[in-house]
Amino acid sequence: MKYIIAVIQPHRLDPVREALAGIGVQGLTVSEVRGFGRQKGQTEIYRGAEYNTQYVPKVKVEIAVDDEIADQVVEAVGNAARTGRIGDGKVFVLPLEGAMRVRTGEMGADAL
Amino acid sequence: MIDAGNTAWLITATALVLFMTLPGLSLFYGGLVRAENLLSVLMQCFGIACLVSVVWLVCAYSLAFSGGGAWIGDLSKALLSGMPRDAVAANTTLPETVFFMFQMTFAIITPALIVGAFVERMKFSAVLLFTLLWVLLVYVPVTHWIWGGGWLAERGLLDFAGGLVVHLTAGVTALVLAVLLGPRLGFPDEVKPPHAPWMTMVGACMLWVGWFGFNAGSALTAGADAGMAMTVTQISAATATLVWIGIEWAKFGKPSLVGAVTGTIAGLATITPASGFVGPGAALIIGLVGGAVCYFMVGVVKRRFKIDDALDVFAVHGVGGAIGILLTAVFMDAALGGVGFAEGNSMGAQAAIQLTGIGAVLLWSLVVSFIIAKVVHAVIGLRVSAETEEQGLDLRLHGERGYNM
Repeated sequence: MKYIIAVIQPHRLDPVREALAGIGVQGLTVSEVRGFGRQKGQTEIYRGAEYNTQYVPKVKVEIAVDDEIADQVVEAVGNAARTGRIGDGKVFVLPLEGAMRVRTGEMGADAL
Repeated sequence: MIDAGNTAWLITATALVLFMTLPGLSLFYGGLVRAENLLSVLMQCFGIACLVSVVWLVCAYSLAFSGGGAWIGDLSKALLSGMPRDAVAANTTLPETVFFMFQMTFAIITPALIVGAFVERMKFSAVLLFTLLWVLLVYVPVTHWIWGGGWLAERGLLDFAGGLVVHLTAGVTALVLAVLLGPRLGFPDEVKPPHAPWMTMVGACMLWVGWFGFNAGSALTAGADAGMAMTVTQISAATATLVWIGIEWAKFGKPSLVGAVTGTIAGLATITPASGFVGPGAALIIGLVGGAVCYFMVGVVKRRFKIDDALDVFAVHGVGGAIGILLTAVFMDAALGGVGFAEGNSMGAQAAIQLTGIGAVLLWSLVVSFIIAKVVHAVIGLRVSAETEEQGLDLRLHGERGYNM
């Protein structure tokens, strides 16, 4: 099993969700987060004064999947989230050691 | 004799001007601070409104509007004691209760304007004590000089709705408090941007609408003067907004909402003293000048003087009010569409009186505010601890959060 964490532009969340549903991903977790990468924040101007925002709003999507479809998921997220501009985000893939469906107690891949 | 039409309009105008503070100005300022200080700003405006209401009844109204003194009124109307129910306010056709209430709403919004200077770092207790002393020692005397038959009124100074009484007193005091308090932590490079520009816009809209009560109500009658005051108010506000949008567009490539509504307030403050004396053509020019000069002054105060008048009270209200006072002397000329000068008066003579007024009000506000702030500092301290400032005033001073999410 793999645990995939994607940090993406907030407005790309719906396309990502649709792409993942298309390849059979059953569930995901979304959180609103802030961070910076090479983009290094952004500048806002109020009444002529510049404010440098250190952290840019992003959306973090977490998905647990079977090994077989992990590459497919990464590709789908990348394609759906990409705008080609700085700040599109990152996707990380981690090995996942276990899982449990809380309602039934099923363990491992069956729980996904 | 009481006139029903005039009275009906002034009751309406009174409600509009109170609406400018509660909640107009509160939201305008509230949106401009960081989220952890939102409630403290709303609370400061609310607390000031209640405190001034009581002080106005106890003695402030009487000291401002009764008696024939050159410098200050007397206590004959303290607590409105002995006032018959159907008393008529001097030189009006209004019940004295209505005039009392209308003027009270001006006394409320003026110290509330000063809030913009000290947001995010002044103790609530200090805000209340400062306001109490300030209304009695700055607002009341200046109001008496100009609207209560005092020495500036005798000389013919014209301030229709409060360019000096409201905007310059508040603006100068804002500067004094900003200097004595010191800047917010992180000023100028690391202060947080406005947390809710949309809230600032909603507040600005309430101020704009309320300003019809402020300026057109200051005619004290429901007639031609009120109609023209309303008209020039709208034109100046709209023009100054367009000026501000234009400057930001040219300078930064993006016209911002916060900038646009700040231009609105600058245009409104600038037309205020002139609104009863000038015509619509003049309002275009007054809005143009008010918008441009106030924009420029925001940068001067914040970046050149390095004074953290946090929400630009001096640059927008103080400067706007003073410009309006001066331009009144120009555009009241009948040849320029105004009401014309008093008999025997000329543009030069009127300008000299207006300048005297600016100088006197500026000096009085500066010196007396400084003394009051020093006294409050000695008694209870002006500023919250650095820890409180970092965590935000809402939780530390009021025990609640603006947003529980």
